[in-house]
Amino acid sequence: MSDTLKPRDAREVEDAVRWALGLDKALEVAGSGSKRAIGRPSQADLTLDLSGLSGVTLYEPEELILSAGAGTPLAEIETLLAENGQELAFEPVDYGPLLGRAAGEGTLGGVIAANLAGPRRIRSGAARDHFLGVTAVTGRGDTIKSGGRVVKNVTGYDLCKVLAGSWGTLAAMTEVTIKVLPKAETEATVVVGGLDDARAAAAMAAAMGSSYDVSGAAHLPDHVASYFDGLPKAEASTVLRLEGFAPSVAHRKETLAALMKPFGPVTLLDEANSRALWRSIRQVKAFTAAHASDRPLWRISTAPGRGHEIAALLTPAAQMFYDWGGGLVWVAMPIADEPDEASVRAAVAALGGHATLIRAPAAVRAATDVFQPEEPGVAALTKRIKASFDPKAVLNPGRMWAGV
Amino acid sequence: MPVKMPEADKDVLARRDRIVAALRNIVPGEGVIASEREMRPYESDALTAYRQLPMVVVLPDTTRQVSEVLSFCHAEGIKVVPRGAGTSLSGGALPLEDGVLLGMAKFSRVREIDFANRVAVVEPGVTNLAISNAVAHEGFYYAPDPSSQIACTIGGNIAENSGGLHCLKYGVTTNNVLGCEMVLMNGETVRLGGKHLDATGYDILGLVTGSEGLLGVVTEVTVRILKKPETARAVLVGFNSSEDAGTCVGRIIGAGIIPGGMEMMDRPAIHAVEEFVHAGYPLDVEALLIVELDGPRAEVDHLIERVETIARGCGAVQCRVSVSEEERLLFWAGRKAAFPAVGRISPDYMCMDGTIPRARLPEVLARMREMSERFGLRVANVFHAGDGNLHPLILFDANKPGELDKTEEFGAEILKLCVEVGGVLTGEHGVGVEKRDLMPTMFSETDLNQQQRVKCAFDEKGLLNPGKVFPVLHRCAELGRMHVSAGRLPFPDIPRF
Repeated sequence: MSDTLKPRDAREVEDAVRWALGLDKALEVAGSGSKRAIGRPSQADLTLDLSGLSGVTLYEPEELILSAGAGTPLAEIETLLAENGQELAFEPVDYGPLLGRAAGEGTLGGVIAANLAGPRRIRSGAARDHFLGVTAVTGRGDTIKSGGRVVKNVTGYDLCKVLAGSWGTLAAMTEVTIKVLPKAETEATVVVGGLDDARAAAAMAAAMGSSYDVSGAAHLPDHVASYFDGLPKAEASTVLRLEGFAPSVAHRKETLAALMKPFGPVTLLDEANSRALWRSIRQVKAFTAAHASDRPLWRISTAPGRGHEIAALLTPAAQMFYDWGGGLVWVAMPIADEPDEASVRAAVAALGGHATLIRAPAAVRAATDVFQPEEPGVAALTKRIKASFDPKAVLNPGRMWAGV
Repeated sequence: MPVKMPEADKDVLARRDRIVAALRNIVPGEGVIASEREMRPYESDALTAYRQLPMVVVLPDTTRQVSEVLSFCHAEGIKVVPRGAGTSLSGGALPLEDGVLLGMAKFSRVREIDFANRVAVVEPGVTNLAISNAVAHEGFYYAPDPSSQIACTIGGNIAENSGGLHCLKYGVTTNNVLGCEMVLMNGETVRLGGKHLDATGYDILGLVTGSEGLLGVVTEVTVRILKKPETARAVLVGFNSSEDAGTCVGRIIGAGIIPGGMEMMDRPAIHAVEEFVHAGYPLDVEALLIVELDGPRAEVDHLIERVETIARGCGAVQCRVSVSEEERLLFWAGRKAAFPAVGRISPDYMCMDGTIPRARLPEVLARMREMSERFGLRVANVFHAGDGNLHPLILFDANKPGELDKTEEFGAEILKLCVEVGGVLTGEHGVGVEKRDLMPTMFSETDLNQQQRVKCAFDEKGLLNPGKVFPVLHRCAELGRMHVSAGRLPFPDIPRF
């Protein structure tokens, strides 16, 4: 594929989709293309490059909202928010380095289309939970809007929800409005050393079941601990983040440390080390390292107590770590072209949740279900939803599943 | 009734006896109600201005029965209106003359509480408060807390995407639901989500949440539960103007503080409430703010001081911090009784539910005062100040000829004003029948057609809760048609690489 359409405004996006419809052309919908290597390989004739729809159009810090063109670089938005003491509370993971690209290339539209979330997912939600309003061009070539610029809104169906995580298969977003939140004044991390995966899950459940408002709970087993930043020792580390106002963090880190004592030796990370640690978790750093960059990478979401049970059903040569209190498992398989899909699917079928193959060579992705196969009823509903937005399959056809 | 509902299907009405008998085969015993007297309680929800007896009421108590009822109705072309506790303020559960009213009240069991994974699995007829009560012994609760939480059910909360007093910090229903079992109009049962976070593919659960019972009938729900905050304290702040109060709200948020709750009342609301509850509200202020901080004690003590300082810097004329749990609850008792308090000073009132960008509040209040004079109807305002959700209460007397119509006209003007200043028609009560015909003020025909196409993906015959949300109903076949123009790039100068 070589041809690219690069509209300069929302109207031209509509023109481009209508043109493609008329000629039966399929479009790859892209912002910066930083996540192009995720999903089934593109079956499109041309790329619809939305990076021209760039720029923040509305930012009202006191109203906690921001609107921007879908192609606006995420880095630009994060910088602007930081200048105002705010942030995207859902802490989007940056897939760039995992996919052999630079960090910080993503766009706002891409963050939403992939429904990204980082460690703070357990407390503050994912992109979907902060996505307030949208203007988009459907696969019918219609410009539609949904939601609005206010946080509280139940007027009509919440189409934002179904666009978040639809990987550009329903509509090409042109402008989005998101909720932004104040950045925490400070943070600290409580580290429990030397726990095995099951014991770590119990420790994280105790922390998450406390009233200490834990905003990150991860377990980094000893075989990957050394790849993360800010840890006191390269040993199995169960890490619990506390964020907020200084007096509150100071108080909570003591009480949480006391709660964790029965599980194992506890150390405390100061603000700088805590920030470094959680940035490296957000970047999935264990698997961007050279030793792991060829390993097929799975992202498994399950009940927090099930993560380590799923991991135990996989090959002992797999590497993994846990985020989201144990409910998000990043698994790197040992052999470059062998994602071992059968055992991942079997483990998830037995214990619940879903698994996505985030990284594998294109040939492997073409022959594997990258996204979790859905139950027949839900799969049929998914296809009908796809057809309701994009009946002729002009937008990212087959990116998620055959026909979707 | 000024709202026109879909025309009753005479063929269906003619077959009523056979339909009732068939439904009795599916749901035996007292689960089918067909006598007028016994159906009377179902003729309206909490929007009592609209009433209609259903053709028949069915109260299933298993997913299988729901599936069989829907499958039967689908095959026979019979409309179905789902109903939870009937607390909707927008007529979402208003029956249809030729429709089955599907009451979900018997789905009232808590199926599983899983503290380790911090979730509860419940049936849709469990009340919102009952979920919190079921997990309270371990110090947990379910966060969204609509004012009707003692009566409203979680199934209805999903239909309406209900909010509550604490949703600025803890989110609304859609942010707190992880999974559901749902029966589609054709009788097919699907499971969405589970105990894990985020969807496998399309976020269908997110789409269903807030869909006002038009997409499917929920038969089981998995919600997140949270540990209760260690403590909570509230500050009561009085201002001489709503501008000052609005500035204060903006500065609190600007300081990085997200309170657990932040509520504002205007002078008429304050007076009505104080007379009723004696919460100690100041009567000589124009606007009253209740700010609640919750969390670890060290944090709450720290923030309460900061809020007090901010409030004084914004011209607060009164500032009282709760010094005991009793006092905090008293502060809230007034706000929570605002609707009945207004009910005491007027024979009837109508509660509106727009959301506006918070900064536009003074302007919106001023224009509402103008309208109030023009219509000759009093209005009191309570306001979820943190998120801009405004509840104007229009005071009227339904026994005075023409006053209901005038009230509805006033209400519609308020909602149009909300949209005009960049807000929306409804923040948490839903569109239902009440705001249905105002949808075009916010959405174009293209927008609404796409929403209806989504409806078609779930219910291609349009049998589930028709007449709600959408002002004009189109057949799915008509919506599916596409007019593709010739393959010419209308703007040939789009950059191509």
